Amino acid sequence: MTRALTLLRRRLLGSTFVLLIVVIGTFLLLEAAPGDAVDAYIVSTGGDTGMIELLRHRWGLDQSELTRLANYLWALLHLDLGQSVTFSRPIRDVILERLPTTLLLMGSATALSFGLGSSLGIYAGARPGSFRDRFLSIGSLALYAVPGFWLGLVLIVIFAVDLRWLPIGGIETIASSKTGLARAADIAIHLVLPVSALGFIYLALYLRMMRAGMAEAWRQDFVLAARSRGLSRRRIVLAHVARNALLPLVTMLGLQSAQMLGGSVVIESVFAVPGLGRLAQEAVAARDTPLLLGIILTSAVLVIVVNLLVDVAYAFLDPRVGASEAGA
Amino acid sequence: MSVLRRFLRTPEAIAGAIILAALFAMALSASLFFPGDPQAIAGPALLPPFQDWGLPLGTDRLGRDVLAELFHGSRTSLAVGLAAAAAALVIGAIVGTLAGFAGGLVDEVLMRITDAFQTVPSFLLALAFVSVVGPSLGVVVVAIALGAWTGPARVARAEVLSIRERDYVAGARVIGMHPLEIAFREVLPNALPPVLALSSVIVAAAILTEAALSFLGLGDPNRVTWGGMIAEGRTVLRTAPFLSVIPGVALVLTVLGVYLAGEGVVETTAVRRSLS
Repeated sequence: MTRALTLLRRRLLGSTFVLLIVVIGTFLLLEAAPGDAVDAYIVSTGGDTGMIELLRHRWGLDQSELTRLANYLWALLHLDLGQSVTFSRPIRDVILERLPTTLLLMGSATALSFGLGSSLGIYAGARPGSFRDRFLSIGSLALYAVPGFWLGLVLIVIFAVDLRWLPIGGIETIASSKTGLARAADIAIHLVLPVSALGFIYLALYLRMMRAGMAEAWRQDFVLAARSRGLSRRRIVLAHVARNALLPLVTMLGLQSAQMLGGSVVIESVFAVPGLGRLAQEAVAARDTPLLLGIILTSAVLVIVVNLLVDVAYAFLDPRVGASEAGA
Repeated sequence: MSVLRRFLRTPEAIAGAIILAALFAMALSASLFFPGDPQAIAGPALLPPFQDWGLPLGTDRLGRDVLAELFHGSRTSLAVGLAAAAAALVIGAIVGTLAGFAGGLVDEVLMRITDAFQTVPSFLLALAFVSVVGPSLGVVVVAIALGAWTGPARVARAEVLSIRERDYVAGARVIGMHPLEIAFREVLPNALPPVLALSSVIVAAAILTEAALSFLGLGDPNRVTWGGMIAEGRTVLRTAPFLSVIPGVALVLTVLGVYLAGEGVVETTAVRRSLS
């Protein structure tokens, strides 16, 4: 337990520094964007030059860049991301409203790609070089080449337009006033297509990693030892080869979370899922740069948290990790 | 010659080479077969494919020739994919070499910056960059490179760390070469092979990112892009799905060709290294 805690403390320190760099980066992008908050405000409400000067002064926009960066950091420390001009609401509230949908989408897609991908990887890696191994390797490469948004459109054409099995988009039936389990089932049905589109792309990655790891593990001495003890092939594959190939996939789970957040932008746009990704696209369309940067900051925090969780999980799965740090 | 023959040993590498050759032929011959503006109206709107041999793949919602758009779109995909990957590899190699060779505080700061870039979803970063600076071909290239240089940087750093203790580097120090000269003239060239092995994956990812950006309307508005064609076709998805399907298939084949050829190259060099 102390091992995991020591690891966690060290990672938290590093993450804070990384987050600071991200904040400075978003601040620079915000500065580079044409126009400031006052311009955006005046466009939507109207006002004369005197009012512009007054507002600039009141919002601290007439101060030096360093002071503004300090103000920005101070506001962020209070979890204040500023005001969204498009929604006329605090950016934090808009983001928090959309976050659960994206988490649900990403969580389901991760479960799908990890579960199915590693299972197929075990199936392929059980007999490296066999026909099914080659078939799955080529198939996963082809799948990896498919753009997620296009896969989404194809799924819509097949399952929503032609077969009419599944809804075309959205997160639930509008104004259906369903509650409890009925509502959960409704949401689940709406999520089938977007989760498939998002998950299938990353499935290929886990499949290939699992397969490569198993091909590597087959050459290890412990496999020979297990064979000489007369263990069944099934047991060798699952308990010895696959188990050793699984650990790198857990690391990948954390690294992929950033990619998947990026991928959810287009998927949510294709399926009109009201999540964080769709919000990012709305922010771009409305030229609401502070909102877009708020989304980027939220995603960065999310990615850091996921990676911290993965690190801790890893420390529990592999007793060697962090052992030297705890001992020191 | 023997290198080429070794490269074309596996059916996968042959398939990849054929696809890439066809793609380059398409990009180079686009102005030859389809001179003039590919976005000009060429016939009746929403003509299905294989009906009129003057317009083999049909026309889109505005009556534009889909085949002409496909040819001209291949230029954008290839140009952006190759340019963004080249930029990412150059930035990554420089940052990685500096971090690995300098060590200490420089290494720490550069690697935390790399962490920061890896923490932000690269697609969101590209989206923000393009929307702040404005969509044009160059901006799209930079936006994609911004999210893609971290992988090469990490690989280059790891490689440099293993090289910098070698005798010839110590020798270069003894004869009084400037550290920067040692880093970039002695160490970097030897650290390049594993970095370059990443290129096919990066080119493929860059092509997919460009397509996704133009699908969301953030591509260069003056150019035909496959992503933009898919977005166009999306508005008539129910009645004319071929408009979205055709450019999508082109995208899949392109990226697949890049992957297959890349694997072929890696295998060829791996064989060569094990032979020597």
